[in-house]
Amino acid sequence: MRPALSVIFLTTLIGAGQGLFLALYTVQLYVLFHLLPAPEAQSFYTLGSLIAALLLLAGLIASFFHLGHPERAWRAATQWRTSWLSREVIVLPALLGTITLFGLAHWLEWRSALATLPSGGRVDPTVLFGALGTLLAFALFVCTAMIYACLPFLREWHSPLTVVNFIFLGGASGFTLASAFAAQVAPSLVGFLAGWALILTALALVARAASLVRNARLRPGSTAQSAVGVKHPRIVQKSQGAMGGSFNTREFFHGASAQTMRAVASGFLLLAFAVPVALLALGLAQDASWAFTAAFALQFLGLLGERWYFFAQANHPQNLYYRAIA
Amino acid sequence: MTQLALVIDLNVCVGCHACVTSCKQWNTSGSAGPLVDLRPYDADPSGTFFNRVQTFEIGQFPHTETLHLPKSCLHCEDPPCVPVCPTGASYKRKEDGIVLVDYDKCIGCKYCAWACPYGAREFDENRKVMTKCTLCVDRIYDASLAEADRKPACVKACPTSARLFGDIHDPQSEVSQAVRGNGGYQLMPEWGTQPANHYLPRRQTRIKIHADELERSDNPRKRDAQLPRPTPTGPTIEDAVGW
Repeated sequence: MRPALSVIFLTTLIGAGQGLFLALYTVQLYVLFHLLPAPEAQSFYTLGSLIAALLLLAGLIASFFHLGHPERAWRAATQWRTSWLSREVIVLPALLGTITLFGLAHWLEWRSALATLPSGGRVDPTVLFGALGTLLAFALFVCTAMIYACLPFLREWHSPLTVVNFIFLGGASGFTLASAFAAQVAPSLVGFLAGWALILTALALVARAASLVRNARLRPGSTAQSAVGVKHPRIVQKSQGAMGGSFNTREFFHGASAQTMRAVASGFLLLAFAVPVALLALGLAQDASWAFTAAFALQFLGLLGERWYFFAQANHPQNLYYRAIA
Repeated sequence: MTQLALVIDLNVCVGCHACVTSCKQWNTSGSAGPLVDLRPYDADPSGTFFNRVQTFEIGQFPHTETLHLPKSCLHCEDPPCVPVCPTGASYKRKEDGIVLVDYDKCIGCKYCAWACPYGAREFDENRKVMTKCTLCVDRIYDASLAEADRKPACVKACPTSARLFGDIHDPQSEVSQAVRGNGGYQLMPEWGTQPANHYLPRRQTRIKIHADELERSDNPRKRDAQLPRPTPTGPTIEDAVGW
């Protein structure tokens, strides 16, 4: 498949936004149960929610560039019964709204206790918005990944690993961003957030490596024989029916050489996993806030490459009909 | 329930592309607007087609044969392109099983094209919507046309009558009988899409000839050959008459 920039940015930006929001709410829950000190600045939640919301908004805007008729985009919310894309279109703005409410509730200090925990923690509207947001954030990961994982003949995508990867990669970039953000406004939380960023990045590496191994061993589901319905071991295409290009030759072939593919694969393994782990460890050891910022910037760059590779690697069975021009 | 479909006889198709051009002509002239051709006279032309004839070589020389495969939307009975559409623009008609795109609802996200294993859908770069074979839905029900013309343009155009059109759910229809009697098959059956369009395979006509069949055993000339031949020095018929 030809990777579309709009979809690469959509999936990576909202992944980081979801991960950042999950990091904010994780901190709030730890604080609620007295497992972490409260962040030094209340802006940790408000400004953090703003960044998460802006990332989701940027992803949403990027997605419009993928559409032929963006003015009709509202129609995409109608087929949620059958289409994962439609479900994503509903869940993404819902999460955006919930994160905005979460940030607003912290900013305007809607702290009236709805219930009190035995430990003395107050369950206020921010806790409820956060819980709803957490549900929606995971729902959005599943929706986004299932758009790709639900297509059985795109064998590279049709695996639970796709969903696991979207969750771990989004979570890793979000927690890395959260540690870079905490280094600026709430230094007491940096150790906790960077620790989780390390764990999630390691988990993401395991899951992504598993999918790379799986895809390297995949056998194609369709063959030239089943595509034309003739049982002969040697079938060679002589003409695709037109001398010029077509939508089929543009949309389903990435056009990159095997060398480029290998370079992108090793590049994203380095940038999205190895380098951020080293920088996070360096930041923790040296107490250097620039290391966290650099870790996020490089990891995001690596994830852009990872997503490009994810799309490019999928081999569509229609390509069996487009193997020779004339 | 009706399921309209094309049945294409690959044994008869000569790969002339008449179905391709007639399809393009009919659908570019329709009420839905022209099928775009980008840079038609430049170095890198590109166009939208609902139907393409592709050619494959089967086997190794000298035992090769050429297969022309006309391919349009197969109007699957379980079309994977329909449930993935987020807007409901891609739909399958209950009354006749034709899979269609509502060009006024399509947002051009191309997800349905990803979901079609056959590459039957082509994005129209001018109209910015997904397009595909309609089985000439604007033609087959047009009562202003003569009865014989109420067929898809490609079927009308085929000079060798390789393309049959009809209801494959009606066991007595011409297409059902052709599929049943001639080993009709579907493309990529492994994905469970149950394409409505079927293909009739290329058939090789062979007769077995035994060696003794090459010589006629009761040939009267052969019986003559077994008689003793007259020798130049022996008696001739003239000798007998002279005597």
